[in-house]
Amino acid sequence: MCLGIPGQIVAISDAARLMAVAEVSGVRREVSLAPVVEGAPEDLLGRWALIHVGFAMSLIDAEEAARTLAALRDLGEAQETLEAMAAGQAALEGRA
Amino acid sequence: MKYAAEFRDPTAARALLARIAARAEGLGATRARPIRIMEICGGHTHAIFRYGLDRLVHEGIEFIHGPGCPVCVLPMARVDECIEIAERPGVIFTTFGDAMRVPGRRGSLIAARARGADIRMVYSPLDALELARRNPAHEVVFFGLGFETTTPSTALTIQAAAREGIGNFSVFCNHITVPEPIRVLLEDPHMVLDGFIGPGHVSMVIGIHPYDFIAQDFGKPIVVAGFEPLDLLQSVLMVLDQIAEGRAAVENQYARVVPERGNPVSLAAMADVYERRPSFEWRGLGEIDASGLRIRPAYAAFDAEAKFGVGYGAPGRPAAPEPEAEGCACGAVMTGRMKPPACPAFGRGCTPETPLGALMVSSEGACAAYWQYGGARAAAE
Ligand code: SF4
Repeated sequence: MCLGIPGQIVAISDAARLMAVAEVSGVRREVSLAPVVEGAPEDLLGRWALIHVGFAMSLIDAEEAARTLAALRDLGEAQETLEAMAAGQAALEGRA
Repeated sequence: MKYAAEFRDPTAARALLARIAARAEGLGATRARPIRIMEICGGHTHAIFRYGLDRLVHEGIEFIHGPGCPVCVLPMARVDECIEIAERPGVIFTTFGDAMRVPGRRGSLIAARARGADIRMVYSPLDALELARRNPAHEVVFFGLGFETTTPSTALTIQAAAREGIGNFSVFCNHITVPEPIRVLLEDPHMVLDGFIGPGHVSMVIGIHPYDFIAQDFGKPIVVAGFEPLDLLQSVLMVLDQIAEGRAAVENQYARVVPERGNPVSLAAMADVYERRPSFEWRGLGEIDASGLRIRPAYAAFDAEAKFGVGYGAPGRPAAPEPEAEGCACGAVMTGRMKPPACPAFGRGCTPETPLGALMVSSEGACAAYWQYGGARAAAE
């Protein structure tokens, strides 16, 4: 929960609400671009961001994303985050 | 150099370790009289153990594990209040999974869920807001906890709820801030710290200037660091360089991610939604002035304290912190006075499966880190 995870912004889901789809280790999840958007949200397509609990908090380059992801995998934090994302999805569907 | 093979760049790691050793020798640091460096962030604590950095660095360097794990500093009373809210009829209580196993006086949130409360783990406060949209007949409460890395996310979610007029959503705000407990540690006459490794992702939000007082008022170096092992070694060296050169400054080893002034959108959202409480209780540290945030009156409709009359907002709530459970040394470990294995409960009453204290709950807690990586070490020695 304290460490962000790198994700690539692959689609804009709701431009007015600054919501996008990010791909994190092969898993797609809706995230808010509010902290990092400056111009049009579409400008961020293809960019990498550090994602904290559903918010893109900082734009990073692809190399930094790869290095951070490797470190998070070593720590087991990448897996923890993916499990948390799955749990969030389950909660929305009422599966607690 | 057993662990060095795990570094993606073992040559660079070896070079940094040699330079750290040279600096430590030059400063006359020994195992008996070490240079003590506190890593503030629990993520760093985890990384130091994972890579065995505390064993790899010169024996004159000692890592002291700081209070930077929000789950670990969560007092029992906060968990009790979560359960009190969650057990109200019609409430869907949502939380980050990390908080589920923290023991309260009536057990953990997991136990409360087993007794029938509707408690759901979510990844993001946005999930909680979505649950509120989908369940208009329920009150959806989100347990807002964490440092400045997660605080903007709840602030932005509350702003979104206000914009959309979602009336059945509220946040039980227990957000805390990193700099204030550091000041308390530095003011403690028994504390003998020589420098700090500053948190990376918290600093991405708040920038590096909130740490200025550490250098200016207390004359201690602090280096904001990334999470890779080489980042951490580099940062230790930067702290030692400052000590050797007789300097104390705030330096940024993680500039590729941490802007000097932080993230402006996040800071603005936090300032809009939250204000400082006069004080807030930390497990093991007690009440700390101005270290907690509450929701401003303008957003009272989204404040679970106001809605349910619990927590720091409740009338007649006890003024003094509750004493810790019998046999638990969390406070001493948290302030660096005791190493986890010295706690009488460590590995006996207290393990990650059945935590007695919160330092055993999260992988970022010092006790859990000792437990997780200590076994492998004992076998290797
Ligand atoms: S072993 Fe358990 S009780 Fe002892 S300090 Fe660690 S978390 Fe607290």
